[in-house]
Amino acid sequence: MSGAPEDQGYQSDPRYLHSHEGTPEPEHGTLRGYLTGFVLAAILTVIPFWLVMGDVLDSAAVTTLLVLGLGAVQIVVHMVYFLHMNSRSEGGWNLMAMLFTLIIVGVTLAGALWVMHNMNANMMHLPPMGAEEMLHR
Amino acid sequence: MSETTASGAVGPGASIFYATEEPHPDNGTLLGFWIYLMSDCLIFAVLFACYAVYGGSYAGGPTPGEVFDLHGLALNTAMLLFSSITYGFAMLEMAQRRRTRTLAWLAVAGLFAVAFVGFEVNEFAHMIAEGAGPWRSAFLSSFFALVATHGLHVTSGIIWLATLMIQVGRYGLTAENERRLSCLSMFWHFLDLVWVGVFSFVYLVGVLR
Repeated sequence: MSGAPEDQGYQSDPRYLHSHEGTPEPEHGTLRGYLTGFVLAAILTVIPFWLVMGDVLDSAAVTTLLVLGLGAVQIVVHMVYFLHMNSRSEGGWNLMAMLFTLIIVGVTLAGALWVMHNMNANMMHLPPMGAEEMLHR
Repeated sequence: MSETTASGAVGPGASIFYATEEPHPDNGTLLGFWIYLMSDCLIFAVLFACYAVYGGSYAGGPTPGEVFDLHGLALNTAMLLFSSITYGFAMLEMAQRRRTRTLAWLAVAGLFAVAFVGFEVNEFAHMIAEGAGPWRSAFLSSFFALVATHGLHVTSGIIWLATLMIQVGRYGLTAENERRLSCLSMFWHFLDLVWVGVFSFVYLVGVLR
C-alpha cells in the first residue's frame, strides 16, 4: 500500500524501463546557461557590496536583511545554473538528498541560535567592560 | 488503491512492465559525490552556526568593521566567481571532446583559484600581524575556523584539478576522466556557493553589526 505510488512512478518513468539501454548523458549545461548564471551572480554580488560599502541605506537592519536575502537568491542561482539542479537529475535523488540536508541545516542553525540566545538572555549580566579589564580586576 | 492500479493495468493485450531489480540511477558515482557534498554542507552549516553565535563576542578585541577589508573581499569574490565560470567553460569543451581547450580552461580556472587562496592567506597574515589572530576572541576563532575550512577546501580542489589535468593530458578524455571532471565540477561550484554565504553573512553582515 505504502509502496504503491513509488512503484507506479518507476514504471511510468522511461529512464527506469530502459535503464541499461539508452544511458542519459550527464548534464553539462549550455554556454547560454553558464553565461546567464554568471551575469545573475555578478549582479547579485555587486548589489550587496554596493549597499554596504556605499552606505546606501540608513537602517543597518534593513541592509542586513537585504544582504542575506540577495545571498539566498544567489545561492539558488548557483544551484540552478552552475550545479544544474532540477527535480529530474539522478531520478530526483539529488533533490531529495538536498532537501533532507536543508532540513538538517535549518534545524542546526535555528536550534543553535535559539538555544544560545536563550542561554545568553538568562545569564547573569556583567557590567559592560572588556575581558582584559575584568581579568585584571 | 491497489485495486484501481490492477484493473487499470490488466486488460487484453495490455503490456505490463515489472521491475526485475532495484532501480538505480546510471550515474551512481555522481549521486554518491553529491551526497558527500551534502555532508560537507553540514560541516559548513555547523561552522556558520558557530559564527552566528560567537560573531558578536569581541572580548574587547577588534570588531569586524576594524579587521575586514571589503575591497580585498570584493576582489577575492570576483576571483572565485571567474574560477567557477571558467570551469563551466572547461566542462562545455569536454562535452565537445576538445582536449586542449578543456585543459586550457581548466588551467585558467585553477589560476583564479590560486589567486583566491593567495589573497586569503595574505589577508590572514595581515590580520594575525595586527594582533587579530584566532586566539584573540570568540568572534575571531569562529571566523578563522569557518573561512579557513573553506580555504582548505579550495586548496584541495586545486590539487585535485592539477592531478586531473595531468590525467587528461596523459590519457585523454576517457570515460573515467570525464566522470572525475564532473565530480570536481560539482565540488568547484559548491565551494563558490558556500563562499556566497561567507561573504554575505560573515563579512558584509559582520561589518554592519
